[in-house]
Amino acid sequence: MITTKTITTGTDTGTAMFDDFFTRALLAGIGVALTAGPLGCFVVWRRMAYFGDTMAHAGLLGVALALVLQIAPVLGVFAVAAAIAGALMLLDRRGALSTDALLGLLSHGTLAVGLVLVALMTWVRIDLTALLFGDVLAVGVDDLLLIWGGGAVVLAGLAWIWRPLLADTVHPDLAAAEGMHPERARAALMVLMALVIAVAMKVVGVLLITALLIIPAAAARRLAATPEAMAVLAALTGALAVVLGLFASLEWDTPSGPSIVVAAIALFCVGLVVPALRLGR
Amino acid sequence: MNQVAVPTVGPESAETPLVRLSGIGVRRAGRWLTRNVDLDVRPGEIVTLIGPNGSGKTTTAKVAAGVMRADEGRAETRRGLRIGYVPQKIQIDWTLPMTVRRLMTLTGRHSAAEIAAALEAVGIAHLLDAEAQSLSGGEFQRALLARALVRRPDLLILDEPVQGVDFTGEVMLYRLIKRIRDETGCGVLLISHDLHIVMAETDTVVCLNGHVCCRGTPQSVAENPEYQRLFGGRAAGTLAVYRHQHDHTHLPDGRIRHADGTITEGHAHSHDHDYDHHHDHHQDHHHGDGHRHGHV
Repeated sequence: MITTKTITTGTDTGTAMFDDFFTRALLAGIGVALTAGPLGCFVVWRRMAYFGDTMAHAGLLGVALALVLQIAPVLGVFAVAAAIAGALMLLDRRGALSTDALLGLLSHGTLAVGLVLVALMTWVRIDLTALLFGDVLAVGVDDLLLIWGGGAVVLAGLAWIWRPLLADTVHPDLAAAEGMHPERARAALMVLMALVIAVAMKVVGVLLITALLIIPAAAARRLAATPEAMAVLAALTGALAVVLGLFASLEWDTPSGPSIVVAAIALFCVGLVVPALRLGR
Repeated sequence: MNQVAVPTVGPESAETPLVRLSGIGVRRAGRWLTRNVDLDVRPGEIVTLIGPNGSGKTTTAKVAAGVMRADEGRAETRRGLRIGYVPQKIQIDWTLPMTVRRLMTLTGRHSAAEIAAALEAVGIAHLLDAEAQSLSGGEFQRALLARALVRRPDLLILDEPVQGVDFTGEVMLYRLIKRIRDETGCGVLLISHDLHIVMAETDTVVCLNGHVCCRGTPQSVAENPEYQRLFGGRAAGTLAVYRHQHDHTHLPDGRIRHADGTITEGHAHSHDHDYDHHHDHHQDHHHGDGHRHGHV
């Protein structure tokens, strides 16, 4: 069972300490959002929301394995998420089972195995809630370095494969015929997604990472006229959601990860009311 | 393994084929989609692939485009060949914001002037800032053609480029393709299910039916008995060739195919319904009038 642990963010905390952990949380959240936004656009365009979910859920298994092997959790998450993505690509090509069913199988399968493994490891104390929903208020300077460093790598990689990947998203055969080598771009996308999941886990946890990928992108859709404009808007929307969510979490003493997601949903709803801007024309 | 895609066809000259397929066969799930296809496209040449649905037209085009690997035979392309590809079906997801302008640079950078010129050439310069998803069928096909054109391709591969376009638009698009060929000197590999219009502009027609059924100039193909058996009265009507419409044809795989060239019914039938038979070997078939002998 998951025991709910309320993350205490008392408003009565000393000012110096407040500045410290809260600033770190903001920086961590913004760093993740800036990375997840553009990548999330591809998740939306390519209808990979469930795929992303599956990779994220596998992240829990990654943490468990990392604990067993005594390596950094981030590495475990990255390795397992990437492996799951690779397995999915191969199984999908063989067409043995519908993609939908396959994703459901792997998504919940890896999550369940991860939960069981974590429970079996009685010798380590694991904050399951933090793994599932994130613990952004506990990020340290090393986490910040990882988030911003990893995020920079992801964004650079995405910029590198942008044109082939976009062409593949529009039409795979067209991309292949015109020398875009879309299969490389697709493989690279999997690696980048695994990286984002590994990096974002600390902030929103395995259950909510997909939200940070797709909600800002979805919110940006109506305001953008080009894919590039949508990517930038998604990054900014995500960052705004982090800021709003964290301040709300501080104000009303709510869990930080879910608060960020709620803020993103609120921004999405606002976007539905705002007339279409079609930026980037 | 198989010998595929050896990318050299000697020193380049006007007569060097842009792409040469020799004995191409593609096998999927234990079935040959197409076999023994030989095909050359030279610069400035328009080659049209025709044939019923499932005859391997798209498969052949994909092998020529380097999208699909052949399981047998050789696919050779000229070194540094630049391809412009217009696929059969393209559906841009609504979640992907895409203007015509942005679509033009999907697979490469092009200046605003080049983009404007390409859109001007296909007659949709005014749609530069339109959303691709909001275009009509004809406008979208033109946009796709302009997108392929802006690359200044050596070889244009067009998979049924006039689908969803009305008759007038169809004539205009074919005229446009001819003009592109005349002006740029590129080779064109065109897939068509509609023979009569392509016939006028094309240099070589290759008639496929799982293999190359016949080939040649439009006129010689139209007069070829193999072709007439395949397409029956419908296509022949356009060219006023009404011979050989009777009886059925024994195909290499043992199936029997009827010409069904009745003048009254031929127009209502699409190609793949043109061959009724009474031996019942053919599975995806309606039996209603299948037991009637083809010749009426």
